[in-house]
This record gives sequence, structure tokens and C-alpha cells, in this order.
Amino acid sequence: MLHLLIRRLAVAFLVCITVLTFAFALTRLSGDLAISIAGPSATAADIEVVRKAYGLDRPVVEQFFDWVGRAAVGDFGQSYFYKERVSKLIVDRLPVTMTLGLVGLGIALLVALPLGVVSALNEGRVIDRVISLVALLGQAMPSFWLGLILMVTLGLKLGWLPISGTGSWEHFVMPGIVLAFSAIPALMRLTRSGMIDAMNADYIRTARAKGLSRTSIVLKHAARNAAMPVVSIAAVQLGFMLGGSIVIETVFALHGVGFLAWESISKNDFPTVQAVVLMLAIIYTLLTLGADLLNALLDPRLRAQ
Amino acid sequence: MTALLEVADLHIGFGGLAAVRGASFTVNKGETHCLVGESGCGKSVTALAMMGLLPANAERRTAALRFDGQDIAGLSEREMSRLRGDRIAMIFQEPMTSLNPAYTVGSQMGEVYRRHRGGTRQAALDRAAELLERVRITSPGMRLGQFPHQLSGGLRQRVMIAMALMCEPELLIADEPTTALDVTVQAQILRLLADLQTELGLAILMITHDLGIVARTAHRVSVMYAGEIVETAPVFPLFAEPRHPYTRGLLSCVPVPGKVGRDEPLGSIRGTVPRIGPNFAGCAFRDRCDLARPDCSSPVVRHTLASEHSYLCQIAP
Amino acid sequence: MRALRNAGLCVGAVIVGFTLLVAIFAPILATQDPFAQDLSRRLIVPFWMEGGSTNHLLGTDQLGRDYLARLIYGARISMLIGIMTVVTSGAIGVAMGVIGGFFGGRIDDMILFAITARLSIPLILVALAVVSLVGSSLTVVVMTLGLLLWDRFAVVARVSTMQIRTLDFVAAAWSAGCSRPRILLREVLPNILSPLAVVATLEMALAILLEAALSFLGLGVPPPLPSWGLMIAEAKDYMFFSPWVIMVPGLSLCALVFGINLLGDGLRDLLKTGRTT
Ligand SMILES: Nc1ncnc2c1ncn2[C@@H]1O[C@H](COP(=O)(O)OP(=O)(O)O)[C@@H](O)[C@H]1O
Ligand SMILES: [Mg+2]
Repeated sequence: MLHLLIRRLAVAFLVCITVLTFAFALTRLSGDLAISIAGPSATAADIEVVRKAYGLDRPVVEQFFDWVGRAAVGDFGQSYFYKERVSKLIVDRLPVTMTLGLVGLGIALLVALPLGVVSALNEGRVIDRVISLVALLGQAMPSFWLGLILMVTLGLKLGWLPISGTGSWEHFVMPGIVLAFSAIPALMRLTRSGMIDAMNADYIRTARAKGLSRTSIVLKHAARNAAMPVVSIAAVQLGFMLGGSIVIETVFALHGVGFLAWESISKNDFPTVQAVVLMLAIIYTLLTLGADLLNALLDPRLRAQ
Repeated sequence: MTALLEVADLHIGFGGLAAVRGASFTVNKGETHCLVGESGCGKSVTALAMMGLLPANAERRTAALRFDGQDIAGLSEREMSRLRGDRIAMIFQEPMTSLNPAYTVGSQMGEVYRRHRGGTRQAALDRAAELLERVRITSPGMRLGQFPHQLSGGLRQRVMIAMALMCEPELLIADEPTTALDVTVQAQILRLLADLQTELGLAILMITHDLGIVARTAHRVSVMYAGEIVETAPVFPLFAEPRHPYTRGLLSCVPVPGKVGRDEPLGSIRGTVPRIGPNFAGCAFRDRCDLARPDCSSPVVRHTLASEHSYLCQIAP
Repeated sequence: MRALRNAGLCVGAVIVGFTLLVAIFAPILATQDPFAQDLSRRLIVPFWMEGGSTNHLLGTDQLGRDYLARLIYGARISMLIGIMTVVTSGAIGVAMGVIGGFFGGRIDDMILFAITARLSIPLILVALAVVSLVGSSLTVVVMTLGLLLWDRFAVVARVSTMQIRTLDFVAAAWSAGCSRPRILLREVLPNILSPLAVVATLEMALAILLEAALSFLGLGVPPPLPSWGLMIAEAKDYMFFSPWVIMVPGLSLCALVFGINLLGDGLRDLLKTGRTT
């Protein structure tokens, strides 16, 4: 167990270093950063000023290590656009995105788990096919489009929910639904296949031979074993959701990290972009790490290793 | 001798293929009845049919299926689940996978008891500890808190047996309970089952492909081939005067000290168990039989020797 | 049930085939110029609604451009993006996966690490940033998505190669003295194509949806190209009054992606049953 944990942590650390490098390299893609920052109407003199001011006149290697050194202690520099510390910007916006992600995951689990179980218990029957088909249809919907549709129907026509903004919990419902949609098919399929595998296992035959009730067989004996892959994929999906929140936050004008990323990209605010990329990567890595640990708790065989 | 489990004319099919064809047998109270045959003969399916645990794609048809005088063929799933684990228990061939890896031994044993007898968790655990002791597991208290993967195969099978006995069943169906175990462990488990039988007056339907196990445990034997009971007899007559060529073939495959000399070759049965399609007629063993005759492809008659010994073959006694 | 499954495969094939044909024959099918603006004829409704005209079957957009023509040319963009991205990312991913799965050891560790690292990088965000920095064009979008979407190809190719490697015919090729590249190309690759075909459909659907999202956010295909995502973005200010402006391109996207997914699902089932029988 400890050995596994150390190995995982080492890989996670390496991944972060890789992403760090990647995030830095990303911003140098355009060639000359100073030109991009100064904007299209800048003169050659303006560009020189920008170059000096942002330290872009130093050698790239020096800039890189400077950035890495500061990033390691959580200092991502000053935002070009907001004139604030990037770390503060992110910390301020993170709760919104986290709430959105958790609401999305919650809705996704609430829908996907029962559907997956029902599908598995009716494997091959009409209801199973119908559920798969609906999931497939859901998967085909572009999230931003679904967001707009919900705005028109739930927001405008029915007036049930606010159309955009961050004020209250109601503002998270529509974006949460949209975000959930992207995760439901994967979660549902995995629940289904996990439950099918579990229901065909020998220990389920034993449970039936013991005369246990159907509820106990399905919910206690099968679900516990089917849960492990679902936990992993749920963590991965939450990571993807946080990444995908950029589209949804933009559509619903939710002022979270996604919206911040979107604004900083359109404003050429590179320190912020870099920091958000890195932060999302770290969160994703931590989530998968957490899922592994949770699985170890669920599976006594892993726990013992 | 009162009959506990009576099966008459049991048929089980999977799609067009017949797995069991008209099997009839009786398990008496307090007796061990061995069902013996090669792999694929339909033994496990027969056992599952007794428990109402056949897979969804199986079709079952039977003239009578009685447990303790009660017809159980027509019981609903819910009524059947009241019998299972309580009055009829079953243990399986694969001790490695038959226990749920996610729960402790104590939790899995306790839940049968609470399902059928109710009571507190602690009462169930006490009962479980008592049974672990009965199946000769040392320090039962510790074992109750362990997970299946922490136990050896032999221990797990003991746990399975203990779990099956939680509610003092009258009938225990054991589907090749020792096949997956080492020879020494095998012997221990068989002795344990025999002891438990005398202690508790248990009836056992023992399924095996091993005639050595039959010789050690059985009171009665039914030899199964391609879904049919081709010969049934008390254990002594069966070993002394096997009548069906398949039974003889099986017996010639095992060395019997004193009967088979050191350098004599053991027998074997050529070929494999055939699949039985919808329009099959005659003896299923004829292609592998040295004594096959032309009339083997017409319907076979059952010959009765003594009141307890009958076999299914064209060759008259 | 089998019939239903095959029905899914057929419906999927029909949808994808139809879209492909529309994309190829767009210049013939579109009777109007998708770029021609006519500000006097803005936001005409589709023909089945009151006030619609048969001149513009699906109406016109906020600049008076024929919606049907734009939709037809939009199919070109979606199909182009889908296919080109799959080709690019497929080549990268399969090469990585096959090498990792075939050689194992250190090399495999490295490939596995690359996959892990890639998965941790937020897809849309990075794609947006790249397009924003390099400038938006069809080529940039294809290259960006191609460079990002190889992970699933690599995962599947790696696992399949590992399974294949241990099989007899590969061992036979080894003992016959075939060279490594030869074994990889002649023995391994053909035998892992079927699971990869399923991945290709998944990735194609994903690429099309991602392009739509990028274009919707204004950092994908540049205007005035009629990308379906861009059409939704441009029409979104009018959606509260005339919802059909976002329904038409949105439903087209949905149908195409649904078709591709059906195709992939059908293929998967076909392969699964093909293996067991
Ligand atoms: N779930 C199933 N689906 C289809 N056929 C089955 C299934 N289970 C068993 N069978 C068939 O029934 C026959 C008897 O199997 P089984 O009872 O397991 O044999 P035994 O226990 O004697 O080795 C075999 O021919 C097997 O192919
Ligand atoms: Mg068996």
C-alpha cells in the first residue's frame, strides 16, 4: 500500500513538472509574446517597453526557471489584465468552479447510477437498449448548445431558473445539468458493465444460494464490487468537468475559474492562462490519486498490499 | 428411510441443446447421495435446478420436484429464497471466488442467519463463531474479522461449509466441494462433511467426478452421462457389480489396490461427452462404447436388477 | 435484440454516409451562396413557419445569408475536422501505443507516462489557448485537436498490442527471423485495427464537438466560414426571439455525432459477438 502510494506520488509529481514545462512552452508558441501583449496597435517602442516591463528580454531559460521557481511556491506573478496576483484571482474564483463541478457530478451520479443498475439488471432487454440509446443521444449534444436550449426553455419560456450570473444556488442548476450531461454516458456505461460483471460473479451465486433478498444481492453484494471502477471514472470525470467548465461558465456567465481562463485567453493574459492550466492539471492528478486511495479503501485486497 | 428430496423426470435445456434429460433420483434423510460423471454431463445444472438457481437462459421442466414432501417446483422466487440457505444449503466448487471479496467472513456468515432467523448482529456473529469452531477452524474470533483473500483455499471452503450450516439445513448440496483443493485438504474436508452428517443428521447431495470420493462418502450413487442417470445403486452393489458400460469405464479408470496390478495399464474411455441436440434418440454413450450394437440408436430401456439398482442400457442383465 | 443492434449500426452508417455525401457535393447541393449577405432579407424563418419562403428553405441568418447553404457547407467543415483529426491523432496515438505495448519495459513506462500527462492537461483550455496564440484557421484547429486527442488511440493500441504480442503467430514470425518493423507492420497492426476503428469513431465525434465548442467561443474556425458551432454562436443573440436559429445547426451537430456514436457502438457489438462465436 505504502509502496503503491509512493509510486503514485512520484508519478503525480513528474506529471506536474511536465505540465509546468508544457504550460510555459505553450505561451511561447506565438513567437514573440511582447507583440501579443502590446496589442495590434502598438508601435515598436511600445513593444520594447512591454518587453522590458515583463522581463521578456531575458533569455528564455532564465525566464523558465524564474517562473518555475515562483510557481513552486504558489506565486504565478501578476495578471497583465486584472492587475492582481494571479494566485488571488484563482483562489477567489475556485469556489464557483468547484461548486459547479460538484453539482454537476452529483447530478450525473444521481442519474447515471440508477440507470446503469437498471440497465445491467435488464441486460439485453428493450429497457437496456432504450437507456443506452438515450445516453448516446445525450452524448451527442454539444454542451454549449444544450446550455442555450435550457436557457430558452427553463429560463425564458418557463421562467423556473435564472438565465445567467452567479448570485444564488439556482444559478448553478442549469450549468450543473449541462455539465452532468457530458459525464453521464461514461458513468452509466461503467456502472452497467461493472454491475453485469458483478452479477455474474460466483459470490453472487453464493449470495442467492444463501436465500438473500434481491435488494441485498444487488445493493450490498454486487454494487460494492461494481463501485470500484465507477469511483475511478467519477474522479476522472470530475477532472474533465472542471476542464470543461470553461465552455459552460462562459455560456452562463458564471464567474469561476473557467470564465477567468476564457477572459485571460481573449485578453492575452498569459500568466493567468499558464496558472489555470497548471492548476487544473494538478487538481486532475490529485483527483485520480484520491480515487486510487478510495479504491484501496473499498477493496480489502488492495488495502493489504 | 424417508425421502427428503425427490426428483422425477427433470429436463433442462439451453436453447436447442439438452443439458439434463429425464433425470430422476431421491436423496433420503441423513444420507449421502453421490452424483457422479465426467465434466459437462449436467451435474452442476442439476444441482442448481434443485436450488432454483438456474441461469436465466435455461429452461426447466420436471414431473416432480419435492422437498420434504412439499412440491417446490412451483414455488415463487421469494418462497424459494426462504428455503435456500435455511433448509437447503449449497457449497460450490470454487472456494476462491465463491466468497464476496469486499466483506468479512463474519459479515457474510452472519447475514444468512439474520435473514432466516433474525436477531442481532452479535447473536449472528456468535453463531458464526460457533460454526467456525465446528468446522475445526482455530481462533474463530479472529477469522470472523478477516477478508476472504486472507484465507487459504481449504479455509475458505471450510468457511463456505460453516456458512451453509448456519441455519442447520436438512439438505446440503455440495458441487465438487474438494475439486479445487490439495489432496490432503480434500481428505480433511470430506472427513469433516462425514462427521457433520452424523452430528447433524444432514442429507448430502454430493456432486463429483471422482470415484475415490464416491467410495469414501456415498450411501447411494447415481451415475450421470450426457444429462441422463445411466445407473443408480447403493454404493456397494455399484462398485461390486457395475452394469452400465459407462460405469464400468469410469471404474476401470481408477486404480483399486489389490484389484489392479502394478504394471497393468489403467483403462480409459475414448472420445468426449457429446452435445445433445433436439432430435437425438437412443443411447448417448454408443459412440464411445465397446459393446455398442445396432439397436443402441433406438430408445433405450431401463433395467431393474434389485429394488435399488437400475441402469439404462440395451444389454439385458 | 440483434436486429435492433444492427439497426443502430445501419442508422449510424446512413447518417454518417449522408453527411459525407452532403459534404462532398456541397457546391452542387447548395443552390445559394453561403457567404452572400443581404441585409434586407435578415432572419427569414424556415419555410414551414408562417412568413417563410421556399426561396430560403431554412430561412436566413442575421446577415441575410441562406441558412440551408451554410448548413450544407458546415457539414464540410465538421466532416473535414472529424476525419483529419482522427487521421492525425490516430497516427500519433497508434504509433505510441504499438511501440509501448510491443517493446514494454522502459519504453512502455515512458509511453504510459506520456498518456498520464496528456490526460491531466485540460483539453478545451489548451486548445483555446493554442488557437488564440497561433491564430485561428481550419488547419490550426485540426493540428491542435490532432495533437491533443491521441490518448485513447494510444491506450487501446497499447493494450491490444500487448495481447497480440504473446500470441502464437507473432512468436512464429519472430522465430522465422522477421525484423521488428516488419512484425509491427505486418503482424501486429492489422490485428489491432478493429478495436481502433471503434476508437476512431469516438474520437471523430469528440473532435467534431470540440471544434464546435471552439468555434462557438470564437477561437475555432474563423468567420465567415459556416462552422455549425460558429453558426450557433452568431445566432445566439437572436435565440430568445427565434429559437430555430440555434435549433437548426444544433440539431445537425447532434444528429451527426449521434450517428457516429451509433456506428461506433454497432461496430463494438459486432466485434464483441464476432469474438465469442
Ligand atoms: N449458462 C449456460 N448456458 C449454456 N449452456 C450451459 C450453461 N451452463 C451449463 N451449460 C451446458 O450444460 C451442460 C452441463 O453443464 P454442467 O452441469 O456444468 O456440467 P458438469 O457440472 O457435469 O460438469 C454442458 O454441456 C454445458 O455446456
Ligand atoms: Mg460442474
